[in-house]
Amino acid sequence: MPHDHHDHLSPSGHPYRPDDDHPLTYWQQMEIAVRELLIEKGVTTAQEINAQIDAMDARTPSNGAAVVARAWTDPVFRSDLLTDASAATRAMGFDIGPMKLIALENTPDTHNIVVCTLCSCYPRNLLGLPPDWYKSRAYRSRTVKEPRKVLAEFGVTLPPATTVRVHDSTADMRYVVIPTRPAGTEGWRADELSKLVTRDSMIGTGLAKTPGAL
Amino acid sequence: MSNPQYMRVRHDMPPGHVRTPSYLRGKVGWIERTLGPFANPEELAYGRNGPALPLMRMRFTMSEVWGPDADPPDDTIDAEIYSHWLEPVEPPHAT
Repeated sequence: MPHDHHDHLSPSGHPYRPDDDHPLTYWQQMEIAVRELLIEKGVTTAQEINAQIDAMDARTPSNGAAVVARAWTDPVFRSDLLTDASAATRAMGFDIGPMKLIALENTPDTHNIVVCTLCSCYPRNLLGLPPDWYKSRAYRSRTVKEPRKVLAEFGVTLPPATTVRVHDSTADMRYVVIPTRPAGTEGWRADELSKLVTRDSMIGTGLAKTPGAL
Repeated sequence: MSNPQYMRVRHDMPPGHVRTPSYLRGKVGWIERTLGPFANPEELAYGRNGPALPLMRMRFTMSEVWGPDADPPDDTIDAEIYSHWLEPVEPPHAT
């Protein structure tokens, strides 16, 4: 009789995922009702809604990686980005909609990490949808209280002399971290450098990859 | 940093839609930069359009927010706080 951990796995070797058969929650019903009313009243159309979903799905962390790599290689762009990250990313050709963005630059003395304690605000108009853990209660509550422990769990241990700055996205602004450019990348082109920039390094829970990690 | 402007977050617990995290209420920080003006989300949430307000990026030390045992005390938390939640205070004495 099979009775080991394998009987929790599908033939493909992945855990079974139960069917999503539960009734709609209150807020799911509310979303459907409001969406259908907006369509019925001609405020928007199903095509426009789907186009927006497609546009959001097309946004990925590679957009942010291109911005970071350019900041590493183009001092004028870096300065523009730190002054007004919305204007600088738009000028680079990214459609970030109405997003108001601030870029936070890591230095040897300072490490920045972004969280939204109130909900799950994230620079999704640049980086796409946030990872699930970013929306978890554990990440949201612990990052403002014990950021170095959270960072250590992500594999990032900072020297005591480095100041950690936590940024809680509580209102209108969204934040993207410019990680420190890794050593050993002198002379690299921006398109090569962008391969070192991870999603987590732009949230602040990671560092950029080193050349050896590619 | 030259002469940071210190402010205290109001220690109120009003009902309704509020964007001021409760863990920062009553805490003293300094203005990192001024943003806005932006419409007040406490009005927008109920379909009203009040006057736009300055939005402050406030910076707090870990020790101010979580007490002297915060480790390490000089790490910081930045948050955006609407100006009507802030009241001026004297700069804290250096310790």
